[in-house]
Amino acid sequence: MNRKDFIAKTGQLIIGFHLFPLFYCTSGKGTTKSINSNRIDAWLRLNDQGKVTLLTGKMELGQGIRIALKQIAAEELDVELNRIEIIIADTELTPDERYTAGSASIENSGMSIRQASAEARYQLTKMASERLHRPMESLTVRDGLVLDPSQPQKAISYWELLKGENIQGEITGSAPVKNPKDYRLIGKDIPRDDIQAMVTGTPYYIQDLRFPAMLHARIIRPPVYDAELVSFPEKELAKIAEVKKIIRNGNFLAVVAEEEYQAIRAWEYLRSFTKWKSKPLPSQSTLFEDMARVNGDRKVVEARGEIDKSTLSQIEAVYTRPYHMHGSIGPSCALAKWDSNSLTIWTHSQGVYPLRKSLSDLLDLPEASIHVIGVAGSGCYGHNGADDVAADVALISLALPGKTVRLQWMREDEHLWEPYGSAMRIHLRAGLQDGKISYLESDLWSDTHSVRPGGDASLLLAARYIHPKRSIERTGVSGGAYRNAVPLYSIADLKVTAHAYQGPLRTSALRSLGAYANIFALESFIDELALTVQQDPAAFRLKHLSDSRAVAVIKAVCDKVQWDKRTERQGIGFGLAFAQYKNQAAYFAVVAEVAVDHVNKTFKVIKLTGAIDAGQTINSDGLKNQTEGGMIQSASWTLFEEVKYSEQGIQSDTWEKYPIMRFSDVPKTEVIIIDRPDERPVGAGEAAQGPTSAAIANALCAANNMRLRNLPLMANKEPWNHYPSEG
Amino acid sequence: MINLKVNGKNYSLKVAPDTPLLYVLRNNLQLNGPKYGCGIERCGSCMVLLDGVAMPSCKRPCNSLENVSITTLEGLGQNKQPDPVQEAFITEQAAQCGYCINGMIIASKALLQENPNPTDKEIRLALQRVLCRCGSHNRVIRAVRQASLRLRTQL
Repeated sequence: MNRKDFIAKTGQLIIGFHLFPLFYCTSGKGTTKSINSNRIDAWLRLNDQGKVTLLTGKMELGQGIRIALKQIAAEELDVELNRIEIIIADTELTPDERYTAGSASIENSGMSIRQASAEARYQLTKMASERLHRPMESLTVRDGLVLDPSQPQKAISYWELLKGENIQGEITGSAPVKNPKDYRLIGKDIPRDDIQAMVTGTPYYIQDLRFPAMLHARIIRPPVYDAELVSFPEKELAKIAEVKKIIRNGNFLAVVAEEEYQAIRAWEYLRSFTKWKSKPLPSQSTLFEDMARVNGDRKVVEARGEIDKSTLSQIEAVYTRPYHMHGSIGPSCALAKWDSNSLTIWTHSQGVYPLRKSLSDLLDLPEASIHVIGVAGSGCYGHNGADDVAADVALISLALPGKTVRLQWMREDEHLWEPYGSAMRIHLRAGLQDGKISYLESDLWSDTHSVRPGGDASLLLAARYIHPKRSIERTGVSGGAYRNAVPLYSIADLKVTAHAYQGPLRTSALRSLGAYANIFALESFIDELALTVQQDPAAFRLKHLSDSRAVAVIKAVCDKVQWDKRTERQGIGFGLAFAQYKNQAAYFAVVAEVAVDHVNKTFKVIKLTGAIDAGQTINSDGLKNQTEGGMIQSASWTLFEEVKYSEQGIQSDTWEKYPIMRFSDVPKTEVIIIDRPDERPVGAGEAAQGPTSAAIANALCAANNMRLRNLPLMANKEPWNHYPSEG
Repeated sequence: MINLKVNGKNYSLKVAPDTPLLYVLRNNLQLNGPKYGCGIERCGSCMVLLDGVAMPSCKRPCNSLENVSITTLEGLGQNKQPDPVQEAFITEQAAQCGYCINGMIIASKALLQENPNPTDKEIRLALQRVLCRCGSHNRVIRAVRQASLRLRTQL
């Protein structure tokens, strides 16, 4: 795409884009002309007005990716931050970066932008060197102005050099990147510039997108996944003048109206009077027994040494995690417009390109005729209803050519139909010798953690309800299932086996995937082992760790809470946990402080103190914000959350039936950053999820000698009976 | 016709009388502050000030609010000139995805009008009905404390 095309497609979108995403949201014919991500101009453009536009295939999900990417570019280009605008995920403008997932935006997009910016700076300096007749080494850049400090009158700006033309050429990887000691922006806590829009109600979210004569849709869903539509009150509904269209395709039923509330009323009516023939779900009471009985696909994830149990006494424990929701506060939303031969979709999906491919499969349309535009939504924390709602509204829009249709899921749609984080069961066995772990054997059971629709329409919810319906083939062990199942600790003999379990509920990627439950189990178990040999849990961990960065985060958090001086006050306990996310990303250690209320047989998390090492810190406040949020969200999962279901269907259809943490229970939080400017930056958004859960369980054990192994911890009422009220 | 007074302006609107206020604000008046979250007054995303009291707007039919002064997030301050509570949320960077921020600010505004110098416990209580999923709670509490200071030192 040349510059002319770019301007033609984007119009005035560049101006103020980041705050006013709606300016650019015009529909247009799609294209599959691919954007070559090896080229500099795939990632950044300089106009002749002194502005830089970054293009990223990653989505803003509330993690503050925009500011971090801007900092990276401004640093390498040596321009001021306010010159930089950014365009997120759009199949006609940005590189294909697959999904915004796995805390990988800094590692992928960030590093691509760093290289592209370094390359651009190099090329521009070279051009300036020729124009100014000065050797390159003598030139420096100040806010886009290339000059020779010894002859400051010899200067030319990036914008004069380019006159609006794109910087040509490939990212060779050979352009010099800045030495971290020269950083002026990287590592600083530069405030996000989108919060102003959020606090003033400026259009920002996909939910705020409006078009003239836009229609509103709602979907009528069956009581359980597996159901057939028997009948719905078609004639009665047709009499209601305000209903614009009823769309039925197999077991997919939707209603469209001019006003949003009319659509909701029609939805309520249809929901009450539509008849379904449905198959019951299994009972929840046998979930973990069923899991343990599974004898199907398995994968030995890691095996080293020979596990010899003959001479040792074995310690074992079983840990469980129920199904958890993403629980976005704003239910998923998408808009679609079908113009006889082209389809435009506005979505908060984590992957605009994979979504386009899946929609092409679902609707039997060429990819070239679908344009998918990313617009920020409510935080999703993984694969929630974002892709599904886009497919729903795409199907609806085909029946209403020329109209823009908006669909926001109802709260119960999101609660009941999003793909949950899988329930898991983890069985650990270990032997201890001379105060150290001599072997560890682990078996874990989990359903899939990744059924993102990466081109296969059957993974979109609607595909299972339209005619002919598509079904999903699930086989094998999901990679996310054993994330962080292998400990970072030095243990000579080790065997980790993951078992595939096909559970009753729909599951997919939830922040940190299987790492949350695996770390909960492993870090609780390490604590149990330490207590068995009567060692301090921090010292016991350090004894098994050789990685200096792992040691550093544990020591940092222990220093902060004065771990060695902690007093076992009546009813107060401290618990420690640690992990390196994916065993290759951010290091995180956390101490939880818990207070037990013996009278009411309950407890409260008072404080969570975390230490994080995400390599080179890009934005220190952003890193803190993500880590604080991760700890609080994990505490909520750990203490309160469990998707409930019965034969009649999933029961957790409201916030009352799926309580999450509210202000009264939110612990204080403190985050220590260990910045390592010379290391590569790694994503940090998921690092806190696992360790926080175990730290809470370990603190509870320290406070009350009470070991809870089944999540959520607050639901474990039974063990309190063993601990008489001590007042 | 339904007559509503929103952010100091009077509107005569042709809407079904039982339409909940939220949809009128968002779709008829194009206000983006109040958000749909749960539709049954349990999450706080849709909060507005009704005669200065923070209330959810997702259930209340608009015909019951004809003599009520309605204030939305937009009524507090504009992008160029945020009010002290909004300003405090910006300074404290008290958001991640920000979808809940409307409810947080509206509830804080009502609290500070009634109680200019609240304790942390009072702040938590006032915000109890507003759900946040990103875990920005402690930043929100800090923002309310800062807003309280800003408002008191202004007086």
